[in-house]
Amino acid sequence: MSGPDRYQWRRDKDGLGVWEHRGKVAVAGVGHSPVDRRWDGVSMDKTLGAYSILACQKAMDDAGVTPDQIDGVICCDSHIAGGSGGSASQWAPRPYFPPPYDSEWGLTLVNAKWLIEQMHLPNVKFAPTGVPTISEMVGMAAQAVGDGVCSTCLVIYPTGNLEGRYRRGGENADDYARGARQWTAPWGNHGGNDFINIFPHGQYCRKYGGKHDDLAPFVVNQHRNGLLTPWGYNATHNVPQLTVEDYVNSRYILNPLRLWDCDRPVNASAAYLFTTAERARDMRQKPVYVLNHSQHNFRKRSTQEDLDEIEDWTDRAARRMYEGAGLGPAEVDIFNPYDGYAPMAQFFLEGFQWHGVKRGDAFAFYAGDIRVEGPHPFCSSGGNLGNGRTRTAMYTDCIEQLRGTAGARQVKVRAETALGAFTTPSSGGWIMFGKHPS
Amino acid sequence: MPKLIPVPDALSKPFWDAVNQRRLVLQHCAACNRLQYPPQQACQVCNSAASLTWKEVEGRGHIAASIVIEDGRLNRRMPDQPYNLAMVTLDADQRVNFYSNLPGTPPYKVPVGAAVEVMFEEVAPGQLIHEWRVVA
Ligand SMILES: [Zn+2]
Repeated sequence: MSGPDRYQWRRDKDGLGVWEHRGKVAVAGVGHSPVDRRWDGVSMDKTLGAYSILACQKAMDDAGVTPDQIDGVICCDSHIAGGSGGSASQWAPRPYFPPPYDSEWGLTLVNAKWLIEQMHLPNVKFAPTGVPTISEMVGMAAQAVGDGVCSTCLVIYPTGNLEGRYRRGGENADDYARGARQWTAPWGNHGGNDFINIFPHGQYCRKYGGKHDDLAPFVVNQHRNGLLTPWGYNATHNVPQLTVEDYVNSRYILNPLRLWDCDRPVNASAAYLFTTAERARDMRQKPVYVLNHSQHNFRKRSTQEDLDEIEDWTDRAARRMYEGAGLGPAEVDIFNPYDGYAPMAQFFLEGFQWHGVKRGDAFAFYAGDIRVEGPHPFCSSGGNLGNGRTRTAMYTDCIEQLRGTAGARQVKVRAETALGAFTTPSSGGWIMFGKHPS
Repeated sequence: MPKLIPVPDALSKPFWDAVNQRRLVLQHCAACNRLQYPPQQACQVCNSAASLTWKEVEGRGHIAASIVIEDGRLNRRMPDQPYNLAMVTLDADQRVNFYSNLPGTPPYKVPVGAAVEVMFEEVAPGQLIHEWRVVA
C-alpha cells in the first residue's frame, strides 16, 4: 500500500530547467471542511478525521470522481503544532472512543491508512507515510501523477486544534534546552516562523526605512479577503473586519510582532484532487494545470537567519520556480505567498518581484491598492491571516481564480497563471498553476 | 532570570566546557578560514570535518536587531516577561551571531547598532551560558 520510500520527487535544486511534466498534470477538485477554532471533544461529526473525509468527498464530488478511481492518497500524518503542541495537540490521556476513534488517528492526526479504511478506497496504490506539509505535498502529488506513480490522487491537509494553549507543552514546558534548542531556548527563542522572520524584518525596516506598523494595510487586506472567502474561519464566525486602528492598538507577542500579525490555529481539513491533464479534461471542472513545483531547504549560517540570507534564499526560490515554469515575474497573475506571520510576505513579494516590486519597496506597495478588485490583488486568498491557520487558502484561491469561480474575490485583472505557497523563507515549496497547459 | 539550562552533547561539550571557564571558543575551519557557530559535525562551506578545530575568539560584537518577548511560550521564562531578545553579530566574523537578553539593558531600551561584549551567567550550579552586555 505504501509508496516507494526513496521516491525522488522533489525539485529542490538550482538549474533544473523546465519541469518535464509542465502542463501534463492538473488539479480537478477542491474540498474544504468547516473551519472550527477547536474540536469540542464531543461532536464525532466534527473530528479531524470526519472533517478530512468530508473534505475528500467534496473534492471528489467537485471533480466528479468515484472512490474506485482514487489510486493515490497523500495525507499529512503529523500534527501541525509539532513536538511542543501540548494539550491542544493530543487527545491522550483522555479516554478514547469506539472505533474508528480508538487512538489519536482521526482525532488529532489523520493518515492515509486510516482514511483509506474509513472511505473504502479499493484501488489505492500510492499512499506514502511520513508525508511532509502541504507545501511539499502538492509538489509530491504533481510529480507522482506526472511520473505515472498514480493517476488520480487525493492530497489531504488536516490541521488539528483541541482545548488548551497552543504549543505550550513538550519541550516548551521543559527546564532544559536539548539538541538544537541549546542554542536558542536559554535566551527565550522557542522556535517558529515568527522568530525566523522578526529579526530580519527589523533589519529590513532599518535598511530600507519603514516601521513595523507599515504592515497594517497588508494585514487589514488579508482580513478583508478572508471575509470574502465563504469557507474560511473569519467568514463563518462573523469575525468583524479588522481596521488599521484595531491593528495598531493590538497587543504585542514578540514586540514589534503584534497579535494580528499571527494566524489563528484552527481545526479543519482540506483536500485537492490531482490527476493527469488528459483525465482532468473529462472531469466536471475546467482543469487547472500545474506548470511547475519546486522546494527548498536552505541552511542558515549561524543561530539566527539574517536579512541577507533571507533575501538570497527568496531570490533563489524565485529563480527555481520561474525557471521550472518557464515564466517570469510579469507573467504571474495571481500571487499567494505564505503569510503565517505577517512580517514575512514582503520577502516573498520582493524576491519574486511580483508586479515589479523590488527590494525595499513592499511597504509602499502595501500602502497602495492591493484589494482584489484593484490593479494589484496581492494575496487574493486572504491567506492564514484572513482564514485561520489552514495553510490551504493560498492553493484554493489560485485554483478558483483560474477557474473564474472565486466569487467576491475574483480579480479584475488577468487570471491565467497563479503562484502559491506554504513556506518559510528557509524551507517549503512553491507551485505554479496555469489556466492553460502551456 | 530562570533561563532554560543547556544540555551539552558530544558535539557541543567543548563549547560549553569553555563557557564554563568563561571563555568563548568557536569552531574554526582551517581550509576556509571561517568561524562556525553553533557547532556542527563538518564545515558548512567545504563539508570537511578534519579541518575543524576549536578557536578562542574575542567576545566583541554588535546588536543587529532586537525584540521584546511579551507573550512567549517557554514556561520557565514566563516570569521574565517582558524581556529583550537581541541578535548579536560577532565582530570577528559578522556571519556568526548569537542570541542575548542583554542583561543590564531594560526592555524596550535596546540601542540597536551598539557595541556589546561577552559575559557569562550561571543558569544552574556549574553551568554558565554566554550573554552579552552593552559596552558603556
Ligand atoms: Zn571549510
